[in-house]
Amino acid sequence: MQKIPQRQIHKYLRHDKKFPHVWCPGCSNGIVLGATIRAIAELGFERDNVAMVSGIGCSSRMPVYADFNTLHSLHGRAIAYATGIKMYKPEMEVVVITGDGDGTAIGGNHFIHAARRNIDLTVILINNYIYGMTGGQYSPTTPHGDNSTTTQYGNIDPTFDICKLAIGAGATFVARTSAYHVDESKSFIMQALKHKGFSLVEIISACPVIYGKLNKKGDAPAMMKSMKENIIPVKQYEKLSQEDRINKQTRGILFHDTEKKEYTAAYQELIDSLKKPEEESNE
Amino acid sequence: MQSNKSKLKTVLMQGNEAIARGALAAGLDFFAGYPITPSTEIAEICSVELPKFGGKFLQMEDEIASISAIIGASLAGAKTMTATSGPGYSLMTEGIGFAKMTETPCVVVNVMRGGPSTGLPTKPSQADIMQAKWGNHGDAPAIVLYPNSVSESYELSIRAMNLAEKYRTCVVLLSDEVLGHMREPIELPNLANVKIVKRITPTKPPEWYQHYPDNPKYPMPKASFGEGYRFHVTGLSHDSKGFPTNRADETAVLMSRLRNKILHHIDDIVQLESFQMEDAKVAIFAAGITSRAAKEAVMIARKNGVKVGMLRPLTIWPFPDAAVRKLLEDQETIIIPELNEGQLSREIKRVMGCSWNSESKTCKYIVQLNKTNGQLITPEEIFNLIKEVI
Amino acid sequence: MSKETFKWEIRLSGSGGQGLITAGIILARAAVLDKLLVTQTQSYGPESRGGYSRADVIISNKEFYYPEAVNFDVLLSLTQDACEAYAKNLKDSGILIADTTNVKNIVPMNAKIYELPLTEIAMEKLGTILPTNILSLAFLVKITGVVSESSLKKAVSDSLKPQFKNLNLKAIKIGFELANRYKK
Repeated sequence: MQKIPQRQIHKYLRHDKKFPHVWCPGCSNGIVLGATIRAIAELGFERDNVAMVSGIGCSSRMPVYADFNTLHSLHGRAIAYATGIKMYKPEMEVVVITGDGDGTAIGGNHFIHAARRNIDLTVILINNYIYGMTGGQYSPTTPHGDNSTTTQYGNIDPTFDICKLAIGAGATFVARTSAYHVDESKSFIMQALKHKGFSLVEIISACPVIYGKLNKKGDAPAMMKSMKENIIPVKQYEKLSQEDRINKQTRGILFHDTEKKEYTAAYQELIDSLKKPEEESNE
Repeated sequence: MQSNKSKLKTVLMQGNEAIARGALAAGLDFFAGYPITPSTEIAEICSVELPKFGGKFLQMEDEIASISAIIGASLAGAKTMTATSGPGYSLMTEGIGFAKMTETPCVVVNVMRGGPSTGLPTKPSQADIMQAKWGNHGDAPAIVLYPNSVSESYELSIRAMNLAEKYRTCVVLLSDEVLGHMREPIELPNLANVKIVKRITPTKPPEWYQHYPDNPKYPMPKASFGEGYRFHVTGLSHDSKGFPTNRADETAVLMSRLRNKILHHIDDIVQLESFQMEDAKVAIFAAGITSRAAKEAVMIARKNGVKVGMLRPLTIWPFPDAAVRKLLEDQETIIIPELNEGQLSREIKRVMGCSWNSESKTCKYIVQLNKTNGQLITPEEIFNLIKEVI
Repeated sequence: MSKETFKWEIRLSGSGGQGLITAGIILARAAVLDKLLVTQTQSYGPESRGGYSRADVIISNKEFYYPEAVNFDVLLSLTQDACEAYAKNLKDSGILIADTTNVKNIVPMNAKIYELPLTEIAMEKLGTILPTNILSLAFLVKITGVVSESSLKKAVSDSLKPQFKNLNLKAIKIGFELANRYKK
């Protein structure tokens, strides 16, 4: 793959007034921002033609740093706002940045319905297993038994498998990796951007300052090491015994369907089908 | 008088249809909504009409998604509307606040039904008048219009779209179950003569562009996504370029702009109808569907030798304080009939300088007539009250 | 312009599914064709008690404001429940048209009463009860003269799907004939 020089990547960042960013030391969000920008740069997308939409949360602070058409919307609603943009201007590349809480708790309804419609949005969901912005409450992906400020006796909630949720709802490109796997993150984001339909890239990330500290996961490098060891390719995972699968998570492209009709294309066909009789009657 | 050319033909039309057709006449090209009685006809008509000319209709998964989608589309350049009723409006209020904060034009129609909660889905009410102003959290200006006929539903729908565009805000258009479902003749205007506020594309180079200029003149150029301006939009307090800020000075500028763009243009926004007020000794202050009963009551009273007039706000918010005070200060008695527990009457008491205690002397001449059982207030009920108070 | 002013408050009542709202819309369209002022309103969903439905049409040649019928000049009742619920608001000078297929008891009143089995007549003459609403409306129009007969026919043609047009135009004819027979 073609290597993009660093200074060219810098043009995708906003340099006026925006840095330093709000994220904690060791946070993976910057890595995902870098991977996203490199993916867009390598695809050669015009900045003017890209909209980056987010909700509320740590990951949702990303758009302000990126020099695109950027919308930092309401908690959980990024996909619904993005749906409006994409429907009105289908020629734009619409990227949604969301998190586990924003995307699958408060925004769960929009997530499944956008997937059902198969509207051409690229959803990058950064899963850090916690509500970081509000100080560490448990999310739909906080592992069973883990600590958070609202599960101080251990989390009793079962968790979402976000990728399975997306596949079940009708998404047509679904991939998962971790922030440790930077090149794979970039590669999956590129493929998601190229895919015409609802795509989800779940990127498991490290939150050493809140989630890590509450659950004694060690510092940022330790959490990186853990992601390296425990988030493994699907094929490798399948070879493991049930016992060895505990605490392991799969990465890879989990689902890819190019047959299902994309929503804005379907709507355009509807528009075109209504045009024809009118033109004839004008004769 | 309208010239012959300005009106094309008279047709029978339903109130909800008039709202949809008015918005379409004003350039609506994106509608997202969620079914709810008694507003659903508006969505149904938009779903049929919009794709005919390349516009977009979306039935979203809920009302929150609907308001979100129209704000997103508006940022991308669309002229947008959604329509709902009380329960759906409650869900939309956070998004309405976002549209006001980010100064993104859109129109929300609330066809009012009986509440609270699920209430009376098929019966009229006027109980969302306060919610239309105070519904969203945080102080924010509100433009809220309320017609009283099918023709006016059409006209105010156009006006709502225009005001949203001109002042870059979410405008709320109120209706009610009876007004939304009733049918009346309406003279359809020649669309070539309908005044439309179009979006003005900026001509400045992108590096000079401010999405939120400090000294705005309305209407002003406004970029949309995908046009090369790459601006940032956030519900956080933001500076002139739209970037988040905690600074007191920048936040103060933002808040005063949101307030003043409405307050400084009250004369442009406010519309009042004054009916037989010239020699009136008793004034009825009524809005929307209730003003129809009020007008009839004026006619009955005058037949019976009582000089009654009616004052009607077409613009509910901003409340027309000065105009109302001037028109009502000489009245011996003000009667305020409304399909709620007393919402417009609070404003009248405030404007006329009364204390909250309705037993106090100064408030004696303000008489409420409230009905919340799902039935309209009738002309006879108002007339009977007039006879009691004179 | 010495034309006398008039105002008709008409309530069409019965139960849901009898096509009364459609009849109300058609009557209002006919009034528009006659260049009259009109409002048409209806009850949506069940009333607080009982399952009756109604459509109100107010027709006048002079501006009026309140859109719902209060004291009726004409009441059409296709069911006993609706007749009982609304007859008390019929003006003394008013007209009651009761479908005796379903309306069995009528309280004593000063209004003029037309009693005829509208639903049965539709079934007998047209083979279906579906156009009872239009048949009844035609009867009402012919008795009252509230709108012109030609406008009623045009409003029916404009409002209904092609496959129902002929059936309903026949229903109008039957309604008019009945009115000629019953007219007092």
